[in-house]
Amino acid sequence: MERITLTIDGQSVTVPAGTTIRAAALAAGIHTPTLCGHPSVRVGANCRVCVVELEGARTLVESCTRPAAPGMVIRTTSERVVRARRTVLDLLLSETDAGAAPTLQAFARYYGAAPDRFPSATPRGHEPLADNPFFLRDYAKCIACRRCVAACGRDIQQTFAIALTGRGHEISVGAGAVGDDLANSPCVFCGNCVGVCPTGALMPLSQVDVPVPQYDWSPRAGLVPTTGTTVTTTTCSFCGVGCTLELHTHAGQIVAATSPVTAPVNRGQLCVKGRFGFDYVHSADRLTRPLIRRGGQPGARRGTPEYGRLEPASWEEALDLVAARLGQVKAEHGPDAICGFSSAKCTNEENYLFGKLMRAAVGTNNVDHCSRLCHAASVTAVNLALGSLAMSNSIGEIRAETDCLLVTGSNTTENHPIIALEMKAAVARGAKLILVDPREIELAQYATLHLQQKSGTDAAVFNAMAHVIIGERLWNQAFVDERTEGFTDLAAAVADCTPAWAETISGVPADLIRQAARLYATSRSSGIYWGMGISQHASGTDASLTLTNLALLCGQIGRPGTGLNPLRGQNNVQGAGDMGCLPPLLPGYRTVADEAERARIGALWGVELPKSKGLTATEAVAAMGDGRVRALYVMGENPLLTDPNLNHARHCFEQLEFLAVQDIFLSETAELADVVLPAAAFAEKEGTFTNTERRVQRVRAAVPAPGEARQDWAILANLATRLGYPMSYRDPAAILAEVGACVPEYSGITWERLEQGPGLQWPCPAPDHPGTRFLFADSFPRGRGKLHPVRFTAPPEEPDQEYPFLLTTGRVLFHWHGGVISRRSPGLDAIAPEALVEIHPEDSARLRITDAEPVRVTSRRGEVTARAQVTTRTQPGAIFMTFHYAEAAANLLTIDALDPLAKIPEFKVCAVRVEPVS
Amino acid sequence: MAIQRRRRYHKPSAPVPPAFVAAVDEALSALAPVRRDHALPLLQRIQARLGYLPGEALACAARRSRIPQADLHALASFYDMLSTEPDGTTVVHLCDDIVCRCAPGARALAARLEREGWKVKTAPCLGLCDRAPAALVTSGGEAGGSAAYGGYQTWQVVTDAATTPGVGWHRRYAPVLLGRCGRYNPDDLAGYAAAGGLGALERARRMAPEALLEQVKASGLVGRGGAAFSTGIKWEGVAKAPTPLGPGPDGSLKYVVVNADESEPGTFTNRVLLEQDPLAVLESALIAAHAVGAGQIYIYIRGEYPLAIDSMTAAVATFAAAGLLGSVRAEVRCGSGAYICGEETALFASIEGERGEPRVKPPFPTTHGLFQRPTLINNVETLANLLPILNQGAAAWAAAPPKLFSISGLPVARPGVYEAPLGLPLQNLLDLAGVPAAEVQAVLVGGSSGMFLGPDQLQTPLSFKGLTEAGATLGSGAVMVFGHETDLWDVAARIARFFAEESCGKCVPCRIGTARQAELVPELATATGVGLHQDLALTMADASICGLGQTATNAIRSLLRLKGGR
Repeated sequence: MERITLTIDGQSVTVPAGTTIRAAALAAGIHTPTLCGHPSVRVGANCRVCVVELEGARTLVESCTRPAAPGMVIRTTSERVVRARRTVLDLLLSETDAGAAPTLQAFARYYGAAPDRFPSATPRGHEPLADNPFFLRDYAKCIACRRCVAACGRDIQQTFAIALTGRGHEISVGAGAVGDDLANSPCVFCGNCVGVCPTGALMPLSQVDVPVPQYDWSPRAGLVPTTGTTVTTTTCSFCGVGCTLELHTHAGQIVAATSPVTAPVNRGQLCVKGRFGFDYVHSADRLTRPLIRRGGQPGARRGTPEYGRLEPASWEEALDLVAARLGQVKAEHGPDAICGFSSAKCTNEENYLFGKLMRAAVGTNNVDHCSRLCHAASVTAVNLALGSLAMSNSIGEIRAETDCLLVTGSNTTENHPIIALEMKAAVARGAKLILVDPREIELAQYATLHLQQKSGTDAAVFNAMAHVIIGERLWNQAFVDERTEGFTDLAAAVADCTPAWAETISGVPADLIRQAARLYATSRSSGIYWGMGISQHASGTDASLTLTNLALLCGQIGRPGTGLNPLRGQNNVQGAGDMGCLPPLLPGYRTVADEAERARIGALWGVELPKSKGLTATEAVAAMGDGRVRALYVMGENPLLTDPNLNHARHCFEQLEFLAVQDIFLSETAELADVVLPAAAFAEKEGTFTNTERRVQRVRAAVPAPGEARQDWAILANLATRLGYPMSYRDPAAILAEVGACVPEYSGITWERLEQGPGLQWPCPAPDHPGTRFLFADSFPRGRGKLHPVRFTAPPEEPDQEYPFLLTTGRVLFHWHGGVISRRSPGLDAIAPEALVEIHPEDSARLRITDAEPVRVTSRRGEVTARAQVTTRTQPGAIFMTFHYAEAAANLLTIDALDPLAKIPEFKVCAVRVEPVS
Repeated sequence: MAIQRRRRYHKPSAPVPPAFVAAVDEALSALAPVRRDHALPLLQRIQARLGYLPGEALACAARRSRIPQADLHALASFYDMLSTEPDGTTVVHLCDDIVCRCAPGARALAARLEREGWKVKTAPCLGLCDRAPAALVTSGGEAGGSAAYGGYQTWQVVTDAATTPGVGWHRRYAPVLLGRCGRYNPDDLAGYAAAGGLGALERARRMAPEALLEQVKASGLVGRGGAAFSTGIKWEGVAKAPTPLGPGPDGSLKYVVVNADESEPGTFTNRVLLEQDPLAVLESALIAAHAVGAGQIYIYIRGEYPLAIDSMTAAVATFAAAGLLGSVRAEVRCGSGAYICGEETALFASIEGERGEPRVKPPFPTTHGLFQRPTLINNVETLANLLPILNQGAAAWAAAPPKLFSISGLPVARPGVYEAPLGLPLQNLLDLAGVPAAEVQAVLVGGSSGMFLGPDQLQTPLSFKGLTEAGATLGSGAVMVFGHETDLWDVAARIARFFAEESCGKCVPCRIGTARQAELVPELATATGVGLHQDLALTMADASICGLGQTATNAIRSLLRLKGGR
């Protein structure tokens, strides 16, 4: 890179071309104050505090945006510069409440600026606005630097909910909504505006009463904190993206969450859950003592008052009871009568121990986790096609390197908000977006092509795309020849899958399918990103295979910006799988059937490992119903809200002889348990999460766990010991070291490396290995990638005369999965307090349903009541509901038909009836 | 701090009145396909139908255009002539700026308007100083007449002045810029040709762009908008600029923008050219487009100039009908009341559908102009000089470069626009307009951002150099004359208020500095006040982003100098 030399305050400074004057000065050890400059947003150097003197220039120049040029002579301490900086600060102080603006105060102290030098005769009459449950807008503190506007709009969110209002001295920031009410604007409350606000004009409600940290500033030292809150850097617990969080604590409470711009995945940006949803940690509902069910009557049915009440107990008593009851079931019915559900919300170390507990201490392969309910079909398909079980490429490639994005079955904006930002940034760069989704989700606004298929017809659409790609000879012959097998079978299978045929099934115009096929196949780098919309079907594996076919056919894999990228839902669902919490898979996806691997890991664990295939979580529910499974141990999951056909699932749970739940809240599942063990939340524990792009990152404790709640790993180790399999670990670091010994892909991922760096992406086989950004550059784990002929199968239940609507379930931005956590965040619950039934205006008009009116939704399996939301987001004939709300649990309606391979239920299509309640 | 949290935050949205929907649909279909840079015309058209911009109409327009609602509101609250409150269908914008406030009929006109029950808003300079006191009437809504340009359906100029507006020059001077004024109608191409038009364009189109650039450079023409930058160098910069971004949203790689947002108080030279010689303005712009390789011309006219908008719109139609545009597209865009939009980068922002806020320079418009593409932006008067340069030759033109001056003020017998050679002593110009030297208390040259000259400085040559040496600036060529009856501190207060109201608010020194300056004017009688003003002035001149803030203290500083304090 070209380097240039300039003179700053008499010093000669050499910097790369393109460096700003301010950065060049910093390279010379000279700090320059700025209030509006920020690495994430471009606001046009409006605060003017950063001005410097440039020899030969008529006026002073802004140093934070002006590139340094060769030969420039810059002065930062001349009388002109000092006067201008001081006067600008005087002016700001003359009418701004700087009480929450420590940097402004620090600059003012250094330059001797004062609020009374230019006393304002016209105070700006702004009243603080508390128009939303997350943050306060106090424009008396605003310096109109417009960082917030840039963050909301062009530079980060592309939401454009706020803009400047007024002109000149009257300038402020507003939503333009009637009443300037953010809640009635497009605002999604990501708080990225709050994150960049330099003066506390935008402030989390949780922080309003907390003392503002103070700084000193000088050109030599820059900003130096003098007082402050304690900040703990950790990883967000709200989804699989893996955003870096900084938890600010005061008096033992988390008062704010921020993110540094250096964050490897999210660049300092957060979503509403990450930034404001942490308060569930301090919920009064937290479990603080072990609970044991007492006073039950013999023969009473689980879940009835006669079954007894959960009452506080000592840890000793509770753990003894769990060990005794599990031991009893094992003795009477064998180890396979016991089943364990691990948690994708817990750390790698905890999941590793959970799998070890079940396989080594109990002696069963009946261990599974919620992946069964989300991406089981995706990982099954990717495993069949490639021999791998993870997202192939990295999030960062989307923004920088992907030319064509095929997004399907993923409402990315709401479920992986930060990845959606990357996608929008890619589109802004010129990338093309093919959206295949039944609903008109937010990404549709950015889509080059939107294929709005009927739910459950994905395989038809993608088979037709393969048909076009083969028919028009757009496939990558070299790649297919060298790296795949099964082309002939695939070509034969899709020969009659014409776009016209797919149109009759899916409703997507044939020409759109052709255009999508051409765009995907011919772009330099095309990546596929998918979510539950593909996998949560009784034919989810097949649908996922049609995607792996496309990538293999076109060679759109094994390079940056390409790949097969299932967007994982929970914060550590990738890690839970990596750690072996899947019935047939040991840590590192070694199969139970593999004698050598079973022996190797058995030797490491000092036991002979069971050979049985093990039950998946969905199979286990049925097995509880018929007595094959007698005892269940659940860590941090809530199947009694998230399982399909809940009435039936509850019936099965009621047949259990023993149910133990380890959780942070008394979930719907815990309410049925015999023993409940209080655990620590993410902000109270040490460990690691693995995000959707295989990045292993640190989780750190910011606050102590409440009451007697314990770390999950400690509970598991104690229980294993009581079951006769002693486990003693000093700390999670010791567990991670054992993971490294057990899982070659994790061997190079050490606690020490994670402490220092931005996480490591597996495979990372050695301590000096940098981690792997994208997979399959040279080969696939199974050798050649396999193209799978897939025949389209219709969903198991389709609308008919009696149940004329198609119901699809999903999630909203403001809640997370079973809602156990997010609904205990007061802000999240206030902004999205109830389940809504999305219905198209044509249907609502026919049924005489008005917006916000309660409607009853009935399927063959149950009924729920919720308010209607009349919207064109959904297609005519289809309704959409979220599954977060226990009081209107959509899963009372869904069907428990399972995918034959992945055993994932059909959450996305079932037939229902809709009628007004009145 | 006790914060009340609501149980529920979303409120069901009320249905939008059908009249609003109709107005929005009509505006959208007139502009279709709607682009982001249509935001301002969209609002102008909706307001023309409804008389104002109701929040529900903005919400509806946002949904249908996909231009964010907050951004539409940001525009509506930025431009003075847009209103989100129902002001009634007809509004009289009564000028209370420097010249009009001093005019003898000012109070009588205000009283009459009040008596007659008009909705009156005070306005900054309307560019009608030669007819002071002036007012502009805007009408909209159902009561308005047929649709017209720029969104303002009907207009009329209200004036009580007895003086006739006009153009003038010394009887021994042969005008090269004003000669065609009023001699043809905008739809009369033959009349224009007969008055000497079209020859330059034909000549230019026969020339290679490089040769054309050489002619302009050889003439030594500098910009007439106030900055006096070499026009030839600017043109060359645009012509040579690479186009890495490809075509802009309207398909053009490079642009010519005619800066007709003439808003400097006391200045109306451009208005006269636009109204009375519009085909020459368009012809010049086409020559420029040929020279720099631009595919699109935008003529941005301030919203307060309805006659000019009318005549330029007609001029574009006339040229288009005659096939004279060639492959170049030309479009008139209207301002909506914001002085700052005369600043070139703010003007670009306004065309792009953003708030008219300046950008830091560099990068300069020659490489990063409208839509971040290479853009030639010239003032109307600058462009008008192209025709004589090409018709007479650069050398002949350079022998006596012409300059337009707008002269107004109470002691001026014949206010109007005068053409004279650059360098004419101020006294001679005053003589032309009929100003008795004895009646002169002071002359403000260059508009509100210019400086006061005293009666002892009337021999100052009206050239860029001459005025700089006198500690002043030629600026836009505005010459405002004050008699002894005028309280110059009142004028100073009005100027300070003007800048406080017209600052866009983007940068701190200007946004807050102009407000504090307005408050400081009464304090200028004290040494403390003068000292504070000096610090303020130095900082604003040094640290503001654009010329507005940099020059906002000029007049008051010069007045302090002239009067030796208050």
